Amino acid sequence: MNIVVCVKQVPDTATERKLRSDDKTLDRDAADGVINELCEYAVEEALRVKEAHGGEVTVLTMGPSKATETIRKALAMGADKAVHLVDDALHGSDALATSYAMAQALKKIGFDLVILGSESTDARTGLLAAMLAERLGAPQLTLANKVELSGQSITIQRLTDYGYDKVESTLPAVVSVVEKINEPRYPSFKGIMAAKKKQVQTLGIADAEIDAAQVGLAGAWSEVVDFAAAPPRAAGTIVKDEGDGGSRAAEYLASKKFI
Amino acid sequence: MAEILVLVEQVDGEVKKVTLELLTLARSLGSPSAVWAGPGYSADAKARLAEYGADKVYVADSAEIADYVVAPKAELLAQLVGSAAPGAVLVAATAEGKEIAGRLAVKTGSGVITDAVGLGEGFVADQSIFGGGVNVHSRVTRGTPIVAVRPNSTAPVATAGAGAEEQVTVALSDSARAAKIVERVKQEKGARPELAEAAIVVSGGRGVGSAENFALIEKLADTLGAAVGASRAATDAGWYPHQFQVGQTGKTVSPQLYIAAGISGAIQHRAGMQTAKTIVAINKDSEAPIFELADYGIVGDLFKVVPQLTEEIEKRK
Ligand SMILES: Cc1cc2nc3c(=O)[nH]c(=O)nc-3n(C[C@H](O)[C@H](O)[C@H](O)COP(=O)(O)OP(=O)(O)OC[C@H]3O[C@@H](n4cnc5c(N)ncnc54)[C@H](O)[C@@H]3O)c2cc1C
Ligand SMILES: Cc1cc2nc3c(=O)[nH]c(=O)nc-3n(C[C@H](O)[C@H](O)[C@H](O)COP(=O)(O)OP(=O)(O)OC[C@H]3O[C@@H](n4cnc5c(N)ncnc54)[C@H](O)[C@@H]3O)c2cc1C
Repeated sequence: MNIVVCVKQVPDTATERKLRSDDKTLDRDAADGVINELCEYAVEEALRVKEAHGGEVTVLTMGPSKATETIRKALAMGADKAVHLVDDALHGSDALATSYAMAQALKKIGFDLVILGSESTDARTGLLAAMLAERLGAPQLTLANKVELSGQSITIQRLTDYGYDKVESTLPAVVSVVEKINEPRYPSFKGIMAAKKKQVQTLGIADAEIDAAQVGLAGAWSEVVDFAAAPPRAAGTIVKDEGDGGSRAAEYLASKKFI
Repeated sequence: MAEILVLVEQVDGEVKKVTLELLTLARSLGSPSAVWAGPGYSADAKARLAEYGADKVYVADSAEIADYVVAPKAELLAQLVGSAAPGAVLVAATAEGKEIAGRLAVKTGSGVITDAVGLGEGFVADQSIFGGGVNVHSRVTRGTPIVAVRPNSTAPVATAGAGAEEQVTVALSDSARAAKIVERVKQEKGARPELAEAAIVVSGGRGVGSAENFALIEKLADTLGAAVGASRAATDAGWYPHQFQVGQTGKTVSPQLYIAAGISGAIQHRAGMQTAKTIVAINKDSEAPIFELADYGIVGDLFKVVPQLTEEIEKRK
């Protein structure tokens, strides 16, 4: 089984995140880059599928050269090898362009199963998995909190507003996972050491047969017109409960016409 | 006036509030056409859509549309984008709404903006990013603008539209039939409004202490006609079902009022509720970061404050 797990490097949510004033893209140098939290769950699920059904886990990352740190983290968890799609021409790609570039890379790599996180913490569009399924003509098994394989068939539980849907398809398929699916493992010391020797193949846009006109800032289908820091929230009223906290809160809600 | 497609969100044939919001928004930008996708269409549904401004109602009520994950709805919309050449397509920025938008974007070669909290002239969208820290204006530059709009971004206003009905048949491709829904499991929800849509949300966290104690949160929610939410600490502990989790990896809510009880206000929780208009926090720790956000904060024991608040609201009703 050929399992590809898509892993994104994102700015640490614990630091202040910014857009760049020059081209209005994410300022990746302003904050430390870390693995997108939900991608850890995707890696974990990929490893579990491999452990149960055999095969190989390949990490796919599209991002600047510093994204190798994130690739190493996924390799240290136990993935076998990695492909790093890296090219200055990709800078500023929107979701449509990103999905195009990643689909091209996935065609090169080949896959039975592609696993993504359901959302990144920086852009949070939640678009990638559905876009990849559409581009690859593969079944969309997204928002999974449970994945089961049996031969060529795959079943997931897809989270919904009312509970979940049980969804079935055959492989190859595109899966996205939510954070309730598993508990990601910590890389062991041995894993960290081994990761340093694992193979990381870099692909440029020519290698992946990506048309430069369809990616990057110039090739994007959407643009940031302008942006500004949100005005700070006005400081609120904080009271200490002296036995009347509930009543005072009710008064506040009444003053705001909520009751 | 440009035609604007609005994908209808419905549960068992009942139009959701977010659709009325999207129709209201579409009305300010052009002529709204509601798109009904899946079974359950009725005269009542049509009346409701027209009441909130739909000049046209496209109806594709074949049962098959609901049998497969997302792709059939994207195919239907792509077909309508081809035939009607609308000015824009609006969907609700729910997890599924965004997935539909994503597939539609690929099919039609159009850009997509997600999680818009407003939409103005030229289909320039307002986005609130990085957990509410930065406000962005963004727009689609190629293709038909596809915009996923967050629930509670616009107040729904009834303005009658013509409501001309047009039946649509969509011949699903094989690839739209690739991921089959074989079972729907509904977990108890009761009469409360849906979390993402609710005007008021009352959430409980680790401070609530147990599944049984969530009854306190539910009771306060019910006196306010609110939805119940929970922090990840509470859903992880199994005190409340995970579809009610608010935050980074749960639901993003933007209600008029958000009440957080026994929630510390971790960055991942804030990412899901920071755009609430009014925030009230109840926490016994005066240093809890949730107070940095709160418009009104009570430093105290939630087991005293919440019941008193509930009782006081009851009295005032
Ligand atoms: C604040 C902000 C807002 C944005 N809004 C929009 C918008 O409205 N419309 C738009 O078209 N673009 C938008 N973008 C651009 C968008 O971030 C990029 O196109 C991005 O590469 C894909 O979006 P995502 O991270 O939200 O993906 P998501 O769909 O949220 O990510 C889901 C999963 O996809 C995989 N994945 C995503 N990106 C990569 C990658 N580079 N390498 C490997 N795996 C990956 C990961 O497994 C991840 O868990 C925005 C960017 C920012 C910073
Ligand atoms: C990948 C990832 C994703 C995550 N996604 C989410 C998410 O979607 N949503 C989310 O919420 N979190 C998420 N988290 C977790 C987040 O980091 C916090 O751990 C979580 O929000 C804490 O929940 P809490 O505030 O209920 O608990 P705590 O941080 O333990 O806070 C409990 C609070 O209750 C107060 N308290 C205790 N007893 C009482 C009492 N009797 N009366 C009043 N106050 C009391 C305490 O003072 C404390 O402030 C995520 C974390 C990760 C790593």
